[in-house]
Amino acid sequence: MALQKKELAVAALRNGTVIDHIPSQMLFKCVNILGLQRLGTQLTIGNNLESGKLGTKGIIKVADTFFPDAVLNRIAYLAPSAVINIINEYEVVEKRKVELPATVVGIVKCDNPKCITNNEPMLTRMEVLDAETGEVRCHYCNHTTNRLKANLL
Amino acid sequence: MNTSSLVSIADLSKEQILRLLKQARYFEENPNQRILEGRVVATLFFEPSTRTRLSFETAVNRLGGRVIGFSDASTTSSSKGETLKDTIIMVSNYVDLIIMRHYLEGAARYATEVTATPIINAGDGANQHPSQTMLDLYSIYKTQGRLDNLTITLVGDLKYGRTVHSLLMAMRHFNPTFRFVACDELRMPKEYKEFCDKNGIKYTEHTDFSEDVINSSDIIYMTRVQRERFTDIMEYERVKDLYNLHNSMLDNSRENLRILHPLPRVNEINPDVDDNPKAYYFQQAKNGLYARQALICNALGIDVPLYEKPFNE
Repeated sequence: MALQKKELAVAALRNGTVIDHIPSQMLFKCVNILGLQRLGTQLTIGNNLESGKLGTKGIIKVADTFFPDAVLNRIAYLAPSAVINIINEYEVVEKRKVELPATVVGIVKCDNPKCITNNEPMLTRMEVLDAETGEVRCHYCNHTTNRLKANLL
Repeated sequence: MNTSSLVSIADLSKEQILRLLKQARYFEENPNQRILEGRVVATLFFEPSTRTRLSFETAVNRLGGRVIGFSDASTTSSSKGETLKDTIIMVSNYVDLIIMRHYLEGAARYATEVTATPIINAGDGANQHPSQTMLDLYSIYKTQGRLDNLTITLVGDLKYGRTVHSLLMAMRHFNPTFRFVACDELRMPKEYKEFCDKNGIKYTEHTDFSEDVINSSDIIYMTRVQRERFTDIMEYERVKDLYNLHNSMLDNSRENLRILHPLPRVNEINPDVDDNPKAYYFQQAKNGLYARQALICNALGIDVPLYEKPFNE
């Protein structure tokens, strides 16, 4: 019964990308990072859906769009639990987890106003200290921040 | 990859530190030489620091090198809005080594990424100041004859003081015992205590600058408590004189004890300590010259003899 409800909550996709298992509080940040507001294709965004793993989760379904790995991995910092499904003719042809790199480049803003990265036209570089909490340390000024506090570029 | 640069003391291994100290010793014995003849060094001080700049420039001059640079960014094109990257690349065209101080944190690390010319960080905001740490280490090594197994007491502003943080990190190789003496507002930050735990460094915390603490120390490292660090001015007034050192407090201290201070000092060391042979802060500043001569040669890839003879002070 519960399964049936879930299937009704989010419409099926013929061709495209489904990003599932996004923590609810991170969903709209992921939408921003992926630049979905600029897309003209059919788009379904669901949030606060039931999830066994996360409590509640968000999901993004984008029709006829396939993102490069580099773009998908940008959301790995915010949503390390996210799962990417590539859909072709209603079939899942590829399913994989996002990968959190050891260094996150150009995604997280350093929260130290006196950091060089906030004063020069340059990319930030954050070394991941703890993948679980998203604690990162600025490669330049050594200040640390975490996933909940972090401002995104 | 820019590998000869020095941005942070944490970039140096134990072997590199010991090597640099023996080279500094060599320069103390032979401070005037022509080994930098034909070399040009830039001192780019985007933030004024007379003491550090003069020390570096003296180091170059005494080794026969030439110096170009500026001591205040307001006279340079960075005041016209030039990026740090452009300034560094431009200066790299002219010189063999860049020594830079900047008010922004991480500036020196970034500079190493835009040029192959070696960079020595002479201080980047509240972040790193490795040449200060090298001269602190040299002063400890010289006065104690060793770096291993010493009891080092850090006093004053342990929260914001970058010199005490860098010293603590550099000493991880040498099995020290630390005493942290500070008021609650200026306690050693959690991340550095975790660093100690992780590296097996013994430490105790005190709010009282007591006789017991003083009498069991090999090194007392004093720092200035700055008024601007306090949100509550009453709190500053309450604690500002709690950590002042007077000569009478040293009566029963160890024979080998030396008092260090990165300078400038204000009230935290009473002038009556200056004539005590255990006061070492002025010689400490002088040691900066030798430590910097060693760092400069190291960055330029110049071989310097290692002076192995022990100190007999």
